[in-house]
Amino acid sequence: MTSTTRTSERHNDALRRANGAMADRLFKGAAYGSGLLILGLLAAVAVFLLMRAWPAVAGPRSATQEVIASFTGGRFDSFVHYVGPLLFGSVLVAALALAIAFFVSIGIAIFISQYAPRRLAAGLNTVVDLLAAIPSVVYGLWGALVLVPATYPFWDWTAQHLGWIPLFAGPAANPPRTVATVALVLAVMILPIITSMTRDVFMQAPWLHQEAALALGATKWETIKLAVLPFGRSGIISASMLGLGRALGETMAVLMILSPGFGYSFNLLEASKDQTIAANIAAQYAEANNLGVSVLIATGLVLFAITFGVNYAARRLTRKATL
Amino acid sequence: MTTIDHGALLDTQHMIPDIDAFKTSRSTAKARARKDQIMRVLFTATFVVATIPLVSLLWTTVANGAKRLNVGFLTHNMTGVIGGNPTVVGGYGGVLHAIIGTLEITLGAMAISIPIGVMCAVYLIEYAKDGRLAKTIRLLVDVMSGIPSIVAGLFALSLFAIVCGPGTFNGVEGSVALALLMLPTVCKSSEEMLRIVPNELREASLALGVTKQRTITKVVLRTALPGIVSGSILAVARVIGETAPLLMTAGYIVSTNVNLFSGQMTTLPVYVYQEYSKLTANCPPNAGASCVTTIPMERAWSAALVLIVIVLVLNLIGRLVAKICSVSTER
Amino acid sequence: MGQQIDVNHLNIYYGDFLAVEDVNINIAANKVTAFIGPSGCGKSTVLCTLDRMHEITPGAHCTGEVLLEGRDLYAKDVDPVAVRRDIGMVFQRPNPFPTMSIRENVLAGVRLNNRKITKSDADDLVEWALRGANLWNEVKDRLGHPGVGLSGGQQQRLCIARAVAVHPTVLLMDEPCSALDPISTLAVEDLIEELKQDYTIVIVTHNMQQAARIADYTAFFNLKAVGQPGHLEYFADTATMFNNPQNEEAERYVSGHFG
Repeated sequence: MTSTTRTSERHNDALRRANGAMADRLFKGAAYGSGLLILGLLAAVAVFLLMRAWPAVAGPRSATQEVIASFTGGRFDSFVHYVGPLLFGSVLVAALALAIAFFVSIGIAIFISQYAPRRLAAGLNTVVDLLAAIPSVVYGLWGALVLVPATYPFWDWTAQHLGWIPLFAGPAANPPRTVATVALVLAVMILPIITSMTRDVFMQAPWLHQEAALALGATKWETIKLAVLPFGRSGIISASMLGLGRALGETMAVLMILSPGFGYSFNLLEASKDQTIAANIAAQYAEANNLGVSVLIATGLVLFAITFGVNYAARRLTRKATL
Repeated sequence: MTTIDHGALLDTQHMIPDIDAFKTSRSTAKARARKDQIMRVLFTATFVVATIPLVSLLWTTVANGAKRLNVGFLTHNMTGVIGGNPTVVGGYGGVLHAIIGTLEITLGAMAISIPIGVMCAVYLIEYAKDGRLAKTIRLLVDVMSGIPSIVAGLFALSLFAIVCGPGTFNGVEGSVALALLMLPTVCKSSEEMLRIVPNELREASLALGVTKQRTITKVVLRTALPGIVSGSILAVARVIGETAPLLMTAGYIVSTNVNLFSGQMTTLPVYVYQEYSKLTANCPPNAGASCVTTIPMERAWSAALVLIVIVLVLNLIGRLVAKICSVSTER
Repeated sequence: MGQQIDVNHLNIYYGDFLAVEDVNINIAANKVTAFIGPSGCGKSTVLCTLDRMHEITPGAHCTGEVLLEGRDLYAKDVDPVAVRRDIGMVFQRPNPFPTMSIRENVLAGVRLNNRKITKSDADDLVEWALRGANLWNEVKDRLGHPGVGLSGGQQQRLCIARAVAVHPTVLLMDEPCSALDPISTLAVEDLIEELKQDYTIVIVTHNMQQAARIADYTAFFNLKAVGQPGHLEYFADTATMFNNPQNEEAERYVSGHFG
């Protein structure tokens, strides 16, 4: 084998010989198609939900009223009256969960990124990842069988001593299958999301500013307040919104813990007052007839629209922050 | 505050500043140090607070789950289980059908989402780079990762209701729902992995007269493979515990169904939920000690333990793959 | 055998920006031609247009002719992939494929193009290419080891072997020694001397001593000011370029007054 024979052989090859050009084009087409598919998928989700929900929206009103009345034990018969309390419940539970998780998450994120020695920080990251990895049905099981009985004394105490605050008006339900307990479980579930994102932001806080603050004689806490927190503000906000989105859509933990009701109630410690959209779908789905499924999917569409909005806003914020 | 008074003096009388007046007094220094200490304790406390639920959850699951977790539990399904009585073959039923269902449905979801997700990442990194379409796709992938799992379930349900008629329950339907949930994770992690493949490798391959397609499949994807595999495993670990979308798409049966395309299929998380909703089992008055009224909860805990073990093992494998097989691209 | 390249009225653009203006140069077969000049004058850009590698940068395009033995590389029916098989390229930083062994790296050009090759042919090709790159004796006992495990100079020679293994007629080298230590540089320079028996070699270098040592012809690229397009200022055989250049800018440059 010498180079000259090869070279002369190749001289006959025209430069235009398109070896693999077809495969090239097919591959590019497949990649492009996958990109477009993702683009179309969200629209498809909305379209299919709408198609399936259509009978409940546009069908005979009396049939829909009947279905809704059967879902609510005759309390409501219009879709708006049906979805209103559910939406209220979803937002209430998610907002409470966020309120609880927010400070804890940021505290952990600061602890991991600023205080913990490197070894320990790695361990803590694992703990956070583990929390994120546990399936929601297990959280539900744990919440219903362990947390519910365990937290009753605390809720009872709260109702007795802080009952003058309308939120904590007693008597506390026993077992406390209440919004307060659910919010606690959801807070644990969204904790890892907010923590890992804010931690990443804090890690990126420019060290130069922190050094400058320390050199001026600032304490560690003052340095964090001065050079870390302001830097991470938009990151904190968008992480919280992602956590909120997750909490809004969480089904199993709510379904397994909360004792549902169809009202607009701020009484966090009382049972059978509120219900969320997601848990309601899962709860009613098995017994619903064809039109009933349409009604449930219509409520799902409302949930989709809200979580889409929250997530979209969160991502736009992150994009802006990173640009 | 002495410093402010001094500043006023300085302004009006144009005196040389008395530096000593700016010195922090001993009491403020103490207050600052105290505040620093308090914050340090607070931050440490938040971490302790976060570990309490994790430890409690893991501990109760292991403690309660170990009671009924044995070979029989893993090798039997729920046929022949009546009330709290032991079955004819012995034992109190098991999760074999749920494990099979979980495996098949998850594999189905992988078969759908991994090719699309990886190809989408290829499009973003290798073809589109930073065009407007690419930016839109990236944003939508991000937004998609926040879709509630129940909405993904409703989507699969609506899709199959429209295509196959309402009331369809089968494994593939569940796979579609899970694939929708996996897709953004797979796409994003693959994109990250393709992004860190050095450009020099693409140049080297193209300069050898290799077509773009072969450069991507044989050099770029090959180099990024461990990362893509690990990302996909982590994505699987995330969806394998999903319950709500499977409840309404794959359904629930007591016997083993290996056909992904027809009939209801039980998965582990759904099994946990179904057993939990039974609360207690009936025992006839004349039943002996072998009839256990609390058996559904015990089965729920054991299945939850199996599920957690699977999820954690998948997580571990994913991380190990990333660590061990990662291709060193440094020189 | 090497082939000659003739460049006529070559203008290179990045988007709307004219990066290099009106290059005319004849690169002789089986000779070493060096491109020198200050940073940013477009010498690497010109090198990349010779095998159409610049096209992988979005927005990069060019006008004019590049003729390989009379055939225009930019004619409508020419596939850039085929061009790159005829004209090999070696880069500034050695870039062996990290997932492949030394042997697989040498065979990469053949294998990645899906060409069938028998084991004995492959063995012959690997030995021939590695001998050609003066690397055979150093690696023949560890062909199965990863290519990234070699030293920088060995990696660069591996990359040359990889380029040679697809049997190009021209080898383009973009500052192949700038990331190497002096000993490795010497080994690569010796190799270039030998390679010109079989290939036409074009080398971009920052190092004027290197150009003086190895090149038969030297092209001096320059730019009037930052932001202005680069251009070919002066082209001569190497002896003239470094001893008696007939161009004021070139003389100032080779005598070290700027750049």
